[in-house]
Amino acid sequence: MKIRAKDPKQVWKEEFESSQTRRKDGLETSTISGVPVKPLYTSDDLPSRAEEFPGQYPYTRGIHPTGYRGRLWTMRQFSGFATAEETNRRYKYLLGNGQTGLSVAFDMPTLMGQDSDAPTSRGEIGHCGVAIDSLADMETLFDGIPLGEITTSMTINSPAAILLCMYLAVAEKQGVPFVKLGGTLQNDILKEFIAQKEFIFPPEPSMRLVVDSIEYCAKAVPKWNTISISGYHIREAGSTAAQELAFTLADGMAYVDACIERGMRIDDFASRLSFFFDAHIDFFEEIAKFRAARRIWARWMREKYGAQDERSWKLRFHTQTAGVSLTAQQPELNIARTALEAMSAVLGGTQSLHTNAMDEVFALPTDRAARLALRTQQLIAFETGVGSTIDPLGGSYFVEALTDEMERQAEAYFKRIEDLGGVIPAIEASFFQKEIADAAFRYQSELEQKRRLIVGVNEFTVDEEEPIEILRIDPKLEREQVERVRAVRAKRDQARCSNALSKLRTAASGRDNLMPYILDAVRAYATEGEIMNTLIEVFGVYTERAVI
Amino acid sequence: MATKGAVKPIRIVMGKVGLDGHDRGVKVVARALRDAGYEVIYTGLRQTPEMIVDAALQEDAQVIGLSLHSGAHMTLFPAVVEELKRRKATDIVVFGGGIIPEDDIEALKKQGVEELFTPGTPLQDIVAWLRKRFPESS
Repeated sequence: MKIRAKDPKQVWKEEFESSQTRRKDGLETSTISGVPVKPLYTSDDLPSRAEEFPGQYPYTRGIHPTGYRGRLWTMRQFSGFATAEETNRRYKYLLGNGQTGLSVAFDMPTLMGQDSDAPTSRGEIGHCGVAIDSLADMETLFDGIPLGEITTSMTINSPAAILLCMYLAVAEKQGVPFVKLGGTLQNDILKEFIAQKEFIFPPEPSMRLVVDSIEYCAKAVPKWNTISISGYHIREAGSTAAQELAFTLADGMAYVDACIERGMRIDDFASRLSFFFDAHIDFFEEIAKFRAARRIWARWMREKYGAQDERSWKLRFHTQTAGVSLTAQQPELNIARTALEAMSAVLGGTQSLHTNAMDEVFALPTDRAARLALRTQQLIAFETGVGSTIDPLGGSYFVEALTDEMERQAEAYFKRIEDLGGVIPAIEASFFQKEIADAAFRYQSELEQKRRLIVGVNEFTVDEEEPIEILRIDPKLEREQVERVRAVRAKRDQARCSNALSKLRTAASGRDNLMPYILDAVRAYATEGEIMNTLIEVFGVYTERAVI
Repeated sequence: MATKGAVKPIRIVMGKVGLDGHDRGVKVVARALRDAGYEVIYTGLRQTPEMIVDAALQEDAQVIGLSLHSGAHMTLFPAVVEELKRRKATDIVVFGGGIIPEDDIEALKKQGVEELFTPGTPLQDIVAWLRKRFPESS
């Protein structure tokens, strides 16, 4: 008698479905973003496409043929607090501990383009970043740090052009030619309207400033990443992974459109566009998101925009672990969360990485917590061996299927955004804001119903939390910073400063690229607030419709 | 129901004081409170203490809910309480939420902020606090 062997896939399916031991705890099995996950992925789930390789279009497996065998990711810890002097000390401490690039965090008044002595700066100075009012503060911030030898990332948006000019002016003083400067300016105003809400001017003049800086740097500061198109803040505001991916890439295309409209050639600027994503806690979904991002961008750059230069097709990105996943309860757990999130960023092929410190749910990190966070990524790089092979999850039935799913969902969003008339009309219609608020509320409801668990928060709690050490900002620094900016105003060549600001005002009313005018004002020690207010006189301010 | 009209619905003005734009938390809480039967007015971003108090008086609110993630809570939350005193409206209850260290919570309570909620607080805890604070509303 001949026994026909049963199809093993079928056997598994029957066994799984008839099993009595499957958990019935009511917990979600979909990803944190709500993407359904099957109990098993098989060769049936593999897409039928030609095998992909790193360094080759569409770069799903990475943009470099050598992966981390060629070069490790840059360990770039976002840092800044109190005064320029204190932050300068922290930078030297981090560089001394093996950090390989700088990343400046500015305080709220700096991010909002106002000086420390403005009435609404009260209570905000030096709290969530370093206070910078003028070139004088920037000189202190980078004192003794050779700008030609390190790369610096600056998280600044509405006033991005001003802070970039301050950096350029410091380089001038150090005698470093602009062509040697490397770094990244966040400069992503669209995600401010969508999620982080640090907008000042209306969308149109805001976009003009972005394009001005891209255009200026393409010629004068060619190694500078002129923009870091950011999904991080969109995700932290509550979006799903697919929304983060789709809204970020849609923003990217809006910048490309704006530059082309200015008359720039795609290959003259596209290679200096960079991206910034969140590494959230749902491990595989994040890896799929990173892989999908590269593939989608490459295809749009090549096929829609007709870029010829391969560098224009390559999506390079920075990653930060998810601040929003950190918990105030049992905060040491945040070290484990951050390590797992960082691992997903590495498996997703990130070019640079910030790992959050465990105490950031309370305040800016202490020296000790900041070092632990840096050590976490050093551990991943040098102990775990994950960097030894390129895209180690390539070919995984699950990860490949999820990568395709991310891509499919992103494309569906591109269509909806296009139907609304593009990114800016969609912002004005509160489309993104509502999508994000809905996703945030859905997730919170799942937590409330215990369909999802957060260890230490809605399960596995303790009665008594042990206090941990946190960083305190000395309240007297506020007064000192106010005095400092007033001293700068009193000491500078007043006529030169007023003249530069008045030229800037005239230029802002016209069509010239504003970068040279801003640079002149910065060199004359015009303060950030004065430069912003000059531009506000011409551009006006934006207010959003509050939706909940 | 006859009694229903007699009970004044609790009105809550919620807003972001200070400069930061992190509005995820305040929006989620606003929706949850609305779903729990409160009348919620969300004032939006970048509110000064004066603007928040103006809104609360104009809306005849009994409660002000403040959200802040930039570290300026020690200045701006008490400033709202002070402004209420100045406007002789200390019957309005102030609560807040955001990135607020434990030590600051005690200090803020002493200064007149009745309750503070930190990241990870279940929405039902906030609702439960309001129910207890305003038993006539539950």
